[in-house]
Amino acid sequence: MSKILILGEHDGMTLNPATLKCVTCAKEIADSQITVALFGADTAAVAVQAAAVLGVNKVLRIDRPENAHPLAAVFAPQIVALAVDYTHVFGPSTSFGKDLTPRVAALLGVPQVSDLMAVEGAYRFRRPIYAGNALVTIEADPRRTLIATVRVASFEAAPPGGSATIELRTTGASLPTHTRYLGAKSGSTDRPDLQTAARVVSGGRALGSAENFKLLFSFADKIGAAVGASRAAVDAGYAPNEMQVGQTGKIISPEIYIAIGISGAIQHLTGIKDARTIVAINKDGEAPIFEVADVGLVGDLFQIVPELERLVG
Amino acid sequence: MQKIMVCIKRVVDYNVRIRVKPDGSGVMLDGVKMSVNPFDEIALEEALRIKERGSNAEVLAVSIGVADTQQQLRTALAMGADRAILVQVDAAVEPLTAAQTFLALARKENPDLIFLGKQAIDDDANQTGQMLAALWDRPQATFASKIEIADGKAVVTREVDAGLETIEIDLPAVVTVDLRLNEPRYVKLPDIMKAKKKPLDVTTLEALGISRGQLLTTIKTEPPPQRQKGVMVKDVAELVAVLKKKGLI
Ligand SMILES: Cc1cc2nc3c(=O)[nH]c(=O)nc-3n(C[C@H](O)[C@H](O)[C@H](O)COP(=O)(O)OP(=O)(O)OC[C@H]3O[C@@H](n4cnc5c(N)ncnc54)[C@H](O)[C@@H]3O)c2cc1C
Repeated sequence: MSKILILGEHDGMTLNPATLKCVTCAKEIADSQITVALFGADTAAVAVQAAAVLGVNKVLRIDRPENAHPLAAVFAPQIVALAVDYTHVFGPSTSFGKDLTPRVAALLGVPQVSDLMAVEGAYRFRRPIYAGNALVTIEADPRRTLIATVRVASFEAAPPGGSATIELRTTGASLPTHTRYLGAKSGSTDRPDLQTAARVVSGGRALGSAENFKLLFSFADKIGAAVGASRAAVDAGYAPNEMQVGQTGKIISPEIYIAIGISGAIQHLTGIKDARTIVAINKDGEAPIFEVADVGLVGDLFQIVPELERLVG
Repeated sequence: MQKIMVCIKRVVDYNVRIRVKPDGSGVMLDGVKMSVNPFDEIALEEALRIKERGSNAEVLAVSIGVADTQQQLRTALAMGADRAILVQVDAAVEPLTAAQTFLALARKENPDLIFLGKQAIDDDANQTGQMLAALWDRPQATFASKIEIADGKAVVTREVDAGLETIEIDLPAVVTVDLRLNEPRYVKLPDIMKAKKKPLDVTTLEALGISRGQLLTTIKTEPPPQRQKGVMVKDVAELVAVLKKKGLI
């Protein structure tokens, strides 16, 4: 039997959907028992949400004031204390998970497998390398705890319908004070979340300014889409960093991805390969984005986007 | 600030479209252009800027790699690193072994800061910096897009999924860098000449007391499934019609 500990991601109020994807990945391992660990100052509300996820057997609440913010150096020793009871420790391939799991692995002296995209056995997985231009099948030693991050775009969210037990847990781990949280800044919007949205409209360098990006916001709002951006657009300051899609941004899997004024560099394509349908709008008919697009339209975005917004209404 | 160590990896250049070997044993690397991992260039640039801002810290570039990795370390020296160490191996090491190796170097060199790229663009593992920080028992600040150093501390702005997060860490510490931290300088010809005279020491895992762990086995490498080439539409009306037919809008 595999006993899998999932490091639940949350903001103190809501369980992040990435955790639901980790549950689905863990369920694909035969005969698995799934525990979700929640670190926070007060995880009561989030624990109720985690307990209601189908497939979760147990929820551990590790509540202490030091856990109020997700600091890897603070969480890792506590996870190490819990890990003895588990064969696998999974985190999501989000900035939270990527920061945290390698620290746990190193403290345990075991390797990590990053970005699991397919489960072939309890210790055998597929993952992408070279920005997704190759896939490798990796086998780990079953005698060691397996630490992994789960590539969230590769799995569906686990549905509700569970009724896991919730347990308060303390660990004797002593925590470092060398790392302190100062604050966060996010451009929170009413738009759907980029990572989970069914529809995404994304803009590139061609937009030319933050002002012009409003064209995309307006169209996106009309169709209920999240808005993404290429690295070039973020670097130029047209869009904030949390909107970046790609190898070093977000890896997403929407039903429809509309790339507007984006050339289609491999690092960008890495982020959108799992989209069901890719639409490309670009004035250059030779742009590489058209090689992966399901539907392409050659033309000037400044004419096309307003017209598109009008016609979809 | 006396010393900054920057970890550098030799990787396939980011402009190369890699191909998988037909027998599934890996990717084709023969004759392919190799470069400094782009994130590591940014890491080195940041170290150099801290030095040039007046701290006058020594900047030490280190790498684990095949003999030819000397080329990438020479690039680092040409950019402005003072000294380099190559831990020569004949095949790639796993992130945990890399972290153990960098730890051994850190114990010898006692840097105030260790910079790494947040990931290498070959295996995309995104592990080594965090593992090194854990083994060194020091703070980590990953995905840095801004670093301010004062009074034995660093305030680091991190690019996280929700936006930007700021943390304060005590030095010594490990910082892994993201793309927007800075834009690395171009190397000028005279710098390349000067770099040839800078010290580049070569050592081995054995000399550092590291046993090469092979904890994961790669069973096979395959190309990703290709997306079918789609249709081109002639105007917006046709685009809308196609999307409506697919039930997408
Ligand atoms: C290590 C590394 C990591 C990276 N990670 C990422 C990543 O995560 N995400 C990412 O996106 N990139 C990433 N990049 C950058 C990537 O290589 C490209 O530089 C970037 O994606 C280009 O962005 P773009 O398509 O917006 O700009 P460009 O390549 O400049 O393309 C602009 C496009 O707009 C079109 N255009 C111009 N004007 C118009 C108009 N009026 N109407 C319609 N079309 C128009 C042009 O024909 C062109 O195709 C990374 C690079 C490196 C080295």
